[in-house]
Amino acid sequence: MQTGLLLQYLVAGLTYGTIYAVVGVGFNIIYNTTGIINFAQGEFVMLGGMTAVTLSALVPLPVAIAGAVLLTMAVGALVELTCIRWLGRPTVLRMVIITIGVSILIREVALVLWGESVRALPYFTGNEISSLSLGGVHVSPQVLWSLATCVAIVAFLRVFFQHTSVGRQMRACASNRDAAALCGVPVRNLVTLSFALSAGIGALAGCVVSPITYTSYGVGAGLAMKGFTVAILGGLGNSTGAVAAGFVVGILEAFSVSLLPAAYKDAISVAILLAILFVRPSGLFGSAEVARLEARG
Amino acid sequence: MTPLLEVRGVSKRFGGVHAVKDVSFEVRKGTVKALIGPNGAGKTTLFNLVSGVAAPDAGEVRFRGEPIQGLPPHRVAALGLSRTFQHIRLFAGMTALENVMVGRHSRSRAGFLAGMLHLPWTWREERDVEARAREALDFLGIPELADAEATSLSYGQQRAVELARALVSEPELLLLDEPAAGLNMRETVELAKLVARLRERGVTVLVVEHDMGLVMNVSDEVVVLSYGEKIADAEPRAVQKHPEVIRVYLGEEDAA
Amino acid sequence: MTSRYARIAAFVAIVVAVQLATRAAGKEFFLTQLTMSAYYTLVAVGLSLLMGYAGQISLGHAAFFAIGGYATGALTTLDLSARRGAPLVALLARARVLAVRPDPYGGEALGVHPWAACAAALLLAFVVALAIGVPVLKLKGHYLAMATLGFGTIVYSVVLGTSALGAADGVGGVPPFPLPGGLAVGGGRADRVANYYVAWGLVALALLLLSNLVGSRVGRALRAIHGAEDAAAAMGVDVARYKLATFVLSAVLAAIGGVFLTHYNAGIGPGEAGVMKSVRYVAIVAVGGMGSLLGTVATSAVLSFLSLRGYFGTLDDAVFGAVLVLVMLFSPEGILRLDARGALAAAVARLRGGEGAR
Repeated sequence: MQTGLLLQYLVAGLTYGTIYAVVGVGFNIIYNTTGIINFAQGEFVMLGGMTAVTLSALVPLPVAIAGAVLLTMAVGALVELTCIRWLGRPTVLRMVIITIGVSILIREVALVLWGESVRALPYFTGNEISSLSLGGVHVSPQVLWSLATCVAIVAFLRVFFQHTSVGRQMRACASNRDAAALCGVPVRNLVTLSFALSAGIGALAGCVVSPITYTSYGVGAGLAMKGFTVAILGGLGNSTGAVAAGFVVGILEAFSVSLLPAAYKDAISVAILLAILFVRPSGLFGSAEVARLEARG
Repeated sequence: MTPLLEVRGVSKRFGGVHAVKDVSFEVRKGTVKALIGPNGAGKTTLFNLVSGVAAPDAGEVRFRGEPIQGLPPHRVAALGLSRTFQHIRLFAGMTALENVMVGRHSRSRAGFLAGMLHLPWTWREERDVEARAREALDFLGIPELADAEATSLSYGQQRAVELARALVSEPELLLLDEPAAGLNMRETVELAKLVARLRERGVTVLVVEHDMGLVMNVSDEVVVLSYGEKIADAEPRAVQKHPEVIRVYLGEEDAA
Repeated sequence: MTSRYARIAAFVAIVVAVQLATRAAGKEFFLTQLTMSAYYTLVAVGLSLLMGYAGQISLGHAAFFAIGGYATGALTTLDLSARRGAPLVALLARARVLAVRPDPYGGEALGVHPWAACAAALLLAFVVALAIGVPVLKLKGHYLAMATLGFGTIVYSVVLGTSALGAADGVGGVPPFPLPGGLAVGGGRADRVANYYVAWGLVALALLLLSNLVGSRVGRALRAIHGAEDAAAAMGVDVARYKLATFVLSAVLAAIGGVFLTHYNAGIGPGEAGVMKSVRYVAIVAVGGMGSLLGTVATSAVLSFLSLRGYFGTLDDAVFGAVLVLVMLFSPEGILRLDARGALAAAVARLRGGEGAR
């Protein structure tokens, strides 16, 4: 394969990898605070993109994006308040089923609101044919935007969790919920915050990648699947791992197109997921013993 | 005569912690042996190594002379070893009788096909399993609780059901993990009487316990663990006077 | 367990009553969707055993339905007439494994006989369930859910992307499935009533076998596994083997549903393998009461029928999603097992007491 083609695939992989990484990180935030895997994570990405498109017809692009992020965060918080908080300490089975149900409902509402049409935000800078030449490869500026956003999100989360009081409290919840509650940490509100935060970063990622990948009402389910793969591959709960894993999955997927019929592209990430779950549920960077206990009981 | 249970040089680590370090002891048929030691001494880990829940890193466990270390729990149970749990593990959503009937699983045969087709030979087997389960509940003195939902019973009653469940398979060796935990004075006395009756019936018992009174009353021999190592293995009277044992328990309240 | 047989007898009586009612009301065309519902119910009832008794979730069960349907569809629509002379083909034809059917152009096509195709389809489902089950059932909770979801997604991608299986159009022109006595599954309106009874007869048979199983030593062991796996193992239950056997049994049941529905509809499409279908089965089991076979049958009959008749319109998927959420929020044991007063009391306590009231 010539270098040019190789680099094109790489760039495509990095672009999609950005979303996968952010969805994976979103899974981790909620998982870390509550132990729940939120199957509706992918829908937040979809909502971000779609809402921003609608808003962008009314207000300038940056405002539309900000608005979309805030609205999606509100949806995330609402989901938590009505479904999760209401239940107290439900069983894992119940949680799995509920979040699946929620993701379906969100998708159906999106279908009613926006129909089946595929939408995209306008390119942030330039348009679909503008490209920068980096080392002989033509890269759309939007790719740089999405990579930059991904880095910004990860950096923000790092600062948030390590250096702010709220962030530290959320880490306390993740580590030992009951002990944190005894120390006066407002656990239930932090859970709501974790949902809102996950929703917000998902929405932001959805906005920034939508010019390239387009969005429609049904993209959430596939994203959730890939995001989960990424979260597991990077070690559940490990956000830096998730970012690395996101790019790995994105790139593997991009390269698979050169080997297999395009229809099987979605199956690649699933195959990766199954392979990890069967062989090494701790992923690349997690603790093997802990993960095995969690995954297999 | 070969002892019923032999534990030879068994060790187990979890990460950096040596939960059990080179422990050896024997349990002779028809006797009651107690396993005591302060919290964290490795008693439950040792139990899990014998019953198949975990495999030792080193050493052997022999039952009737045959090695059983590393066998999965259901195989160990089929060989004639039965156990109870420290935190009562009854099956929710099933009656006391049904819980006890599960205990008879390794002594019955009806599988998927026979079950689906409800073959005539299974009718007899089911009647037999139910009869023995009722007998076990009777032996424990709780026949009237047969149709009660297991988790709705009082703590002491649940303990009794768990014991019945462990006994219904007519085990040769019974492992009791802190059977007196959470029982009041009267119930503990009943438990001691029960263990005595079991010994009379020829059941060999290995019991982990904190309640010193129960241990001293009921056991033929006592093994003392501390920090994963065996520090004493003798008759109750001798163990009580053992200097190492006294040192290890110094400052601990007598739980009797 | 006479009450068990009494309940199944009552179920059969209701099946007959419904058929007579449709004739009386002049709505015999309902029988078509009712028959289809029966085949979907086979999937649900197997899943009920897996989820309700063995306590294992499967978000990919539609994949087994599809495996059954596509296998039989592909095999029975083969045309080997051009290779009649080849020794293997001739041998199979003589052994009655192959059968002749009329092709759309007035000639004859040589495909696999539906009985042989059915056997092959069920064998395939059995093997796949075994292969997938061994690693997957070692997982728990959301890992198990995701793994089964992933498996379903792979099967969907395969049937959607493989042109030999018709890609997005699926397999069509599947011949009817011949039964003794001149009956057949499939065919036109004339056989509607017979098909209805064949379908629900299969459901009744499955109910009978599974009810027997649930009340037997194995059923007890499964409930024990669901209750406390480690204690079940300590009592001699080979947990891994039982989980696998239940998984495989429920997979084969789903495949049977797929085989017969494919013959009934003369075809199958990739949608049958989709995630939404798998989710529906889970929703049905959740509502009907996990572990209540009759409850699952009733729920499946009603919901599948309404969905097939189009009563939910474009909100079809939304209905099942909402059902899932509502059932999990208010009555996780299933609506048909609802303890109304208990649930109400718990809800009030929760509203009042906040964190403390759990």
